[in-house]
This record gives sequence, structure tokens and C-alpha cells, in this order.
Amino acid sequence: MELPPKVKNMLLLDSEGKRVAVKYYSDDWPTNSSKEAFEKAVFTKTQKTSARAEVEVTALENNIIVYKFAQDLHFFVTGGEEENELILDSVLQGLFDAVTLLLRGNVDKREALDNLDLIFLCFDEIIDNGIVLETDATVIAGKVGIDSTDPNAPLSEQTISQALATAREHLTRSLLK
Amino acid sequence: MAQPLVKKDDDHDDELEYSPFMGIEKGAVLQEARVFNDAQVDPRRCSQVITKLLYLLNQGESFTKVEATEVFFSVTKLFQSKDTGLRRMVYLIIKELSPSSDEVIIVTSSLMKDMNSKIDMYRANAIRVLCRIIDGTLLTQIERYLKQAIVDKNPVVSSAALVSGLHLLKTNPEIVKRWSNEVQEGIQSRSALVQFHALALLHQIRQNDRLAVSKLVGSLTRGSVRSPLAQCLLIRYTSQVIRDMANHGQSGERPFYEFLESCLRHKAEMVILEAARAITELDGVTSRELTPAITVLQLFLSSPRPVLRFAAVRTLNKVAMTHPMAVTNCNIDMESLISDQNRSIATLAITTLLKTGNESSVERLMKQITNFMSDIADEFKIVVVEAIRSLCVKFPLKYRSLMTFLSNILREEGGFEYKRAIVDSIVTIIRDIPDAKESGLLHLCEFIEDCEFTYLSTQILHFLGIEGPNTSDPSKYIRYIYNRVHLENATVRAAAVSTLAKFGFMVESLKPRITVLLKRCIYDSDDEVRDRATLFLSVLGGDGTVDNDRETKDFLFGSLEVPLVNLETSLKNYVSYPFFSFLVLISFLGHQLSYILILQEPSEEAFDVNSVSKEVKSQPLAEKKAQGKKPTGLGAPPAAPASGFDGYERLLSSIPEFAAFGKLFKSSAPVELTEAETEYAVNVVKHIFDSHVVFQYNCTNTIPEQLLERVNVIVDASEAEDFNEVTSKALNSLPYDTPAQAFVVFEKPAGVPAVGKFSNTLTFVVKEVDPSTGEAEDDGVEDEYQLEDLEVVAGDYMVKVGVSNFRNAWEGMDEEDERVDEYGLGQRDSLGEAVNAVIDLLGMQTCEGTETIPSNARSHTCLLSGVYIGNVKVLVRAQFGMDSSKDIAMKLTVRAEDVSVAEAIHEIVASG
Repeated sequence: MELPPKVKNMLLLDSEGKRVAVKYYSDDWPTNSSKEAFEKAVFTKTQKTSARAEVEVTALENNIIVYKFAQDLHFFVTGGEEENELILDSVLQGLFDAVTLLLRGNVDKREALDNLDLIFLCFDEIIDNGIVLETDATVIAGKVGIDSTDPNAPLSEQTISQALATAREHLTRSLLK
Repeated sequence: MAQPLVKKDDDHDDELEYSPFMGIEKGAVLQEARVFNDAQVDPRRCSQVITKLLYLLNQGESFTKVEATEVFFSVTKLFQSKDTGLRRMVYLIIKELSPSSDEVIIVTSSLMKDMNSKIDMYRANAIRVLCRIIDGTLLTQIERYLKQAIVDKNPVVSSAALVSGLHLLKTNPEIVKRWSNEVQEGIQSRSALVQFHALALLHQIRQNDRLAVSKLVGSLTRGSVRSPLAQCLLIRYTSQVIRDMANHGQSGERPFYEFLESCLRHKAEMVILEAARAITELDGVTSRELTPAITVLQLFLSSPRPVLRFAAVRTLNKVAMTHPMAVTNCNIDMESLISDQNRSIATLAITTLLKTGNESSVERLMKQITNFMSDIADEFKIVVVEAIRSLCVKFPLKYRSLMTFLSNILREEGGFEYKRAIVDSIVTIIRDIPDAKESGLLHLCEFIEDCEFTYLSTQILHFLGIEGPNTSDPSKYIRYIYNRVHLENATVRAAAVSTLAKFGFMVESLKPRITVLLKRCIYDSDDEVRDRATLFLSVLGGDGTVDNDRETKDFLFGSLEVPLVNLETSLKNYVSYPFFSFLVLISFLGHQLSYILILQEPSEEAFDVNSVSKEVKSQPLAEKKAQGKKPTGLGAPPAAPASGFDGYERLLSSIPEFAAFGKLFKSSAPVELTEAETEYAVNVVKHIFDSHVVFQYNCTNTIPEQLLERVNVIVDASEAEDFNEVTSKALNSLPYDTPAQAFVVFEKPAGVPAVGKFSNTLTFVVKEVDPSTGEAEDDGVEDEYQLEDLEVVAGDYMVKVGVSNFRNAWEGMDEEDERVDEYGLGQRDSLGEAVNAVIDLLGMQTCEGTETIPSNARSHTCLLSGVYIGNVKVLVRAQFGMDSSKDIAMKLTVRAEDVSVAEAIHEIVASG
């Protein structure tokens, strides 16, 4: 029996439902085409909703999916039918905030593709084979955003608060636009 | 740009099209990957190439074995670089490439070096990578380091080791189990996530040791687990322990309930939700236990966060299925959710309200739903329609507004599944509520006037043919049906012709007019339609003698006597017979089958449908279990296995010996005569006829190595004086896992509700079966198997028949024939238990939803109706009351068409 909370997949799609980065941790979708079909179903089901201010949630094929959109990026986290929505929510929030930090507030497809290595690392730091590894965005971003020259630097408080400040600044600017 | 045309179209969103990976191609990237082999590693460049490889894999591209191996080998060279960013990417790509075990050797030493590095990030990631790719033998080599890592002072390293342990436990449990002590230390960690991972692993290690788990939970529920995730986990383990304890008969106060309740006050919402859910899912949860959980969920309902609202309404929806009364307090909050932006939440809120609503709120609710229906997707609408169907069965008096609602949505746009759900619901309502029949049929008629789904049209036409002729004015349906003959495709036209014929036959006054209509159909362009019209014309033109009538009726309405599968096999055998060549025409008329054989050469022996076996081929166990699904409104397929009243009736009438018993009055639910998981599983169905009782023993052989032959049930009826054994029908052979039936028939005084007790013994011949070939040995051994006793009780003579309006029916009965008495039912755990016991004892249908009892109720009135043997209608009003010591008293008022039956009901209760 699988008692620890399990995440079945994390999806980052663009505004047309195409993959930016995805990661599956479950055997529910064994082939690439079944994965694509699932992504299409999720995308179609959610595209008309507005999940910009708050994380939204829906049920699809015995799965619970929480999602959030930012600009032309759609973030999804899927769990089983019996899963605690709020745990999935904390994973999604961790993913979203960490990506926001890593992209310095410019959460859009172009920036994401330019920094795809960071996105992949970010996925890797949040979930390990379905098990929640970390949900605190600053810690995740800290572990990912490693300065190549100084291996121990990123974990220091300063870099993170700096990053947060930049992110906040970017956010305000985009709001004022 | 190769495609200028496309380019032009995309001009306006030029920026969107930008991608660093545009035009990326596998071959080229694999070429680029050669840069890994350069003597002087360029970390930046290499990182970029790895990202490209990862991108390709992520987009669903796959590498061949050779390509993957090549990439893997060159990637391993990058371990020489000291660049941390690059190292991270190397870890990632190794995990993605999932190298084979002989390749793994190449990286183990590098990874083991990283595992002992001073840099925390290296240690943590190297552990995760290594544990993902190694096998058992290598694991023993690095076990020492892993144990060390679990207690590492850096929480990231420790978590990495613990999570890896969780994965490894599946493949190498014996090794991971040795880490218990280190993992135990992890639970005391100050880091929230280490605590969480350690708890998960420790529980997984001990999961098969019930006592250890219980101890673990016991100690942790008292202590303070800091992390919300760990707390959620602990709640899950706690509910598991509670379940196990209940299974093992440790009764008394529910243990750990207090802990669950205290979690409702936790500061993290995820913990509150987890605890509330755990409480609502407790076995036999009482309303007192439920209340605090419902209260917190109610607060969530008005949260600004959709996830919280969704979680709460989803949980309450489930609670409403078992404890509708407990959820009613939330109805006001729930109603405001009907207009929720999130349609999943709105649908859940509506279906919850439909479950908890009372009779008076139905109309208001329907109004709200009508507004809501126009802007949700079909899948949500189906959920709502299904909820409305069950609501209608619960409150038959409200059928009018519900039927209006259904007919309105039937007229609106919608896909096939949605329309089918509506049609099914209307059909169910027509069947359950006689008053709703006429209006329901007219709604269906209107629907087929403009129905794009052939399947639905034919099903409705078939249904009209059965129900329509029995209405007050059958002629009004004719127009709708005949219109189909003009306007539809051949399939629908053929169905319409059959339906017309049914009206013509059933309603004498319509016969001449139907004949005229059918005559027009013989010029139809489709031959099936013409054939049917011709066939029915000749049937309708018969001389009208009684005998002929009966045959015609069987022909039009009778179900197919033989299972379709058997018929198909017989026909196949017949046509493959080498001396003849045939043309076989088969046409299906609803459930009815007619067959015409045109023999091209004179045959000595024409195909005889009577030669087809009527024995229903039994189904494998698995399939049988899957049948617990909800019944659909429209007729079940004719070849359905023999279960349910219709099925039994068909099964019994297919056995010649039983044909003379007359009409089947009632079939009981199967009664198990063996414990679960015994060698032979036997249950019995009691079929009551006017002067006979047939016991149908459903036997299953659960031993693959055995074949049973000559299976018979020996019944000792010495404790059932009124019964005399007439005949029995043994089973010739009972192979493994294929249920089959044996029958024993008793005679009893006609029309008398005789009761008695029967003891049963299964006798048979056992033959060993060779499991490899599946062949049985020739010699068998006689053996017998004691089954449990079986009783025929008074309730077996009562058929559940509902009434749509209990009050009217009650007042329609003569008050003179009323019999009242009071009974003490002794101490019971709850009122519901007593009510159910009485319902079961009498075997009657509960009316107007009076079978649901609020869990804390102290008094209740239950309305029952049924038909007693001899077709005597019986109504019962049972009033229950419970005093402080849980003693229950019942006042039973019975009205029946026959006073003696009313007295008989009292006798049943007095002796039960």
C-alpha cells in the first residue's frame, strides 16, 4: 500500500498546450502518446479557467490536478484521486515560486526555454520518483541556482533574499504595466 | 525559412514562435555531444548540450540503445570537470538515460567519490543517482555510506538517503530493513522534511508488523511531529491502525480518535484536511465523532482559495452518501457554491445538495440548477442528471418538477452520453413511478422527433412498444412512431415498424389503422423494413383465436428462449455440416429472434431452434464480480446471465421440469451456505411458486486441481413439515472457477406461506486434474461436504412493491381491516439497526425515503409496502422509539386487502 503522498506528474505547458517541460512519476501513462493525450485532456479542460490569482483544481480520469497559470505558462501537478489536495497544492506552489525566483520574476515561455536547465533541475529537486523532496521555494531555488564558481554560495541567505527582491520588483513592474 | 506561407500566418505572434530549441534535431545534437570527449572540457558548452539532450527526451524523442550507450559513455568523462553546474546536469542526464547494469560500473566509482565529497550538494545528488541505477550486489558495497548519510548533519543529504531508501525497499527490502536504527534517529531530526522522509521509511520497513506500527503510531501521536507533511502521514498511519484494530475485534472506545480530533486544530490546513477526511472515513463513524470534522470543512467552504473549497466539498459529498443528515448544516454554504467559478466545485456542491436536500427544497434547487446547466460541460451534466435520478426515486412525489427539468434539458444541445443519461433517467422514473408514465412517454416521443442518435431512437421506440399500449390513450403515440417511418434511417424505420405492430396487437381498436400504416411500409426502400412490415401484417391478420393470440404475443413480446451465444454456436455447427449449403437469415426484432432458413438443396433435417441448449453458459468468477454495476434504465441485453428476477424467470422456464409450476412469485437474494474462501462456494436462491419452492444452489469449485462430477445437494426437510421433496436436478460436472447450478424442488400447500428449516449436504465425485494439461483422471472418489442450514421464512412470501403515494394508498385501504400491536425490540446499538432488522424480517419495500434514519434519532416512522403471496397488497406503518437505556419499542400498524394477511404480518413480527 502506498501511504506516503505521491505525485503522479508535474507538467509545464505553454499557452497552446505544448510541452515546455514535463516529468512523470507514475506508470499510468506508459507511452509518449498516452502522456500527450493526458496533457491535451488536462489542457483542454483547464484552458478556459482563470488560474492566475489563485491555484485552481479539477478532477480528471480519477486524478486530482492542481494548476496555476502565469503569462503563457501553465503549471500542473497531478495526484491520485485519494490524494490530499493541499499537499499537491504545496508542491505546485513550491514549483511555481521556485521557477519565479529562478527566472527572476519573468515567468514566461521564452524565459523558461532560455533557462530550461534550471527548470529541469527544479523539477528534480522537488519530487524524487513521486515522493515529495522539498516544497519550500527558496530552498528549491537555492539548491538549483548554483553559481558555477562557488559551490557553497547559493545556500547563503543573502542570494535568496536578493533573488526574492528582484522577483518582487519584476512582479510590481508587470502589474503596473 | 523553408515555409514562407506559414511564416506569413504567424507574423503577428513572431515573439511566441521564438525558441532556443527551434529546428532542433536528434542527429545534430548527438553530433554535438562529441564535445564531451574534448580534452579540455568547456562546462558552459557541455551544459548546453546536455540541456538539449534532456529537451529531446522530454519532448518524447527516444534514443536507440546504441545512441544511449554512446551518450552515456561520453557523459561519464565530464566527471573530470570541477564545475558544479555541469555536475548537476551530468547527474540529471544519467538518471534519464537509465543505463544498464554493466554500464553502471563505469560511473559507480565517480559517484561513490561524490558521495563522500565535502560538498553537500554532491553528496545528496550522488546518493540519489546511484540508488536509482544500482542493483543489489553494488548496494551492499555502498550500504555503509548510505547509513552514514541518513544521519548526516545536512538535512538535504539525509533526505536524499531516506528517499532513496524508500525506493530501494521495493527491490532490496532485506538490506534497507537493516537501517532501522539510523532511520529512527531521523525521526528526531529538527528538519521538517527529514522527519517526514524518515517516518515514511520507518513505517514502510515495519508495515507488515502490526504491533510495531501500532507502537510507532502510539508513541508519535503523543510526541510532537513538527512537519505538516509528516503529520499528514501520521494521520494516515493512525487511521490504518484504527482499521486494523476494529478488524481484530478490539472493541470499546475508539482509540486515537482524540489524536485525530486534535489535528483538526493544527495550524497547517493540509493537516486539518487530512484529519477531517480520516474522521469521515472511519468505519461506522458516529455523528458525534463527525461533527467537529464537518465544522472545519464547513469553514473551508467559504475560503477564497479554490483548492480548499474543492477539498471540502469533495469530502462532504462523500459523507453525504452515508450520513446525509450530518451535512445538512452546510447546505447554505453549499448553495452559494453553485455559482462558483470553478465548475468542478459547483457540480460537487449540487450533487451534494441533491443528496442531502429534503422534499421541500427540491423545487428551489431545481431552479438554481437550471440556470447552472447551460454553462457546464457534458461530463458535469451527466453527474447532475444521475443525482437527479436518484433524487426522484427518493422523493416520488416530486417527480413532476424533476421530470419537467429532465425534459427541458433533453431538448437542449448535448452529446450522446449526456442524452443517454437523461433518457435512462426518464425510463427509470417511468418504471418506478406509475404516475409519471404518461408524461414521461410523451417527453420521450417529443425527443425522438428530433433525435440525431439512432441508438437512442431505437431504444426509445422499443420501450414505447412495451409501455405505450398499456396507457389510457395509446393512439396518441402512433403519430410520433409513424413519423419515424417517414423521416429516419432504415434502422430507426425498422424499429418503428416493430413498435407499431406491438400497438396493433395489444390495442384491438387500433388494429385496422395500424394495418393500414404497415401496408404502406411494405414499399420501403430497405428490405429489413419491408420484411418486418410483411411479417407483422401476416401476424396481425391472423384469425384471432386464443391459441393464435398467445403465439403472437410470445412472438412480439417474448424474450428469446435460448442464449444468443448457444444459438450462434449451434447455427455455425449446422451450416458447417458438409452435405448442405444454406443461406441463413436472422433478424432481430427487439429481443425477439426469427430465423428463416432457405435450403438450396433438399435437407433431410432442417435446423431446429429447440435443439439449441437452453443452459446458460456460466461465466467465470471475475466477470460475475464486475456485474455489481448500476443498472441502466434501458433494457439489459437479452443474453445477460441469470440474475435478477427476469433472469431467474428465464432460467427456470428454460428447465422443462419446472414449466408446470406456473408463474414465479418471488426469488430471494442469494444466501451464502459456505464461509468465504472455502474449497467449494455455494449459495442458494429460493424461488417461490404458488405450490412449489425451488432451491437453486449456485456452486463454485475453487480448487484448480479438482473436477467435480455428479454434484447434488441432499436436503433434509425433517424440520419443515409442510414441504415434500418432489425432484432434484444434479449438476453433471463442475470444473474449476465456473459456477453452475443444481436444483431441488419441494411441494407445499398452494398459496400458504409455509415456513421451515432445511439442512443441506453437497455430494459429488472428485476427480484429480493435472494442472499442466487440464485433463481430469478417469477415476473419481465420492465425497460429501456439509453446507449450512437454510430457512424458508415468512418474508420469502413477500414481494417488494413500492407505491408512489403512500398516504393515498393507505387511505384507500379499509380502516376496518387495520391491525395494530406494540412490540418491544430489546436493546439495540441504534435505532437504525432495529429499523433495518424489521425491514429485513418483513422483506418489504420502504417508501418515501423512510429507510434513512438520522444517526442520532430517538424516534422514527418507517413506511413499508409489499405484495403477499396470493397477490394481497400490504401496507405497514412502523413507529419506533428508543429510551435512554437504548431499549426500542415499536408500534406496528398493518393494512391489507385481506385481514388474515394483516394478522399474518403480526405473526411474522411476533415470531421474529
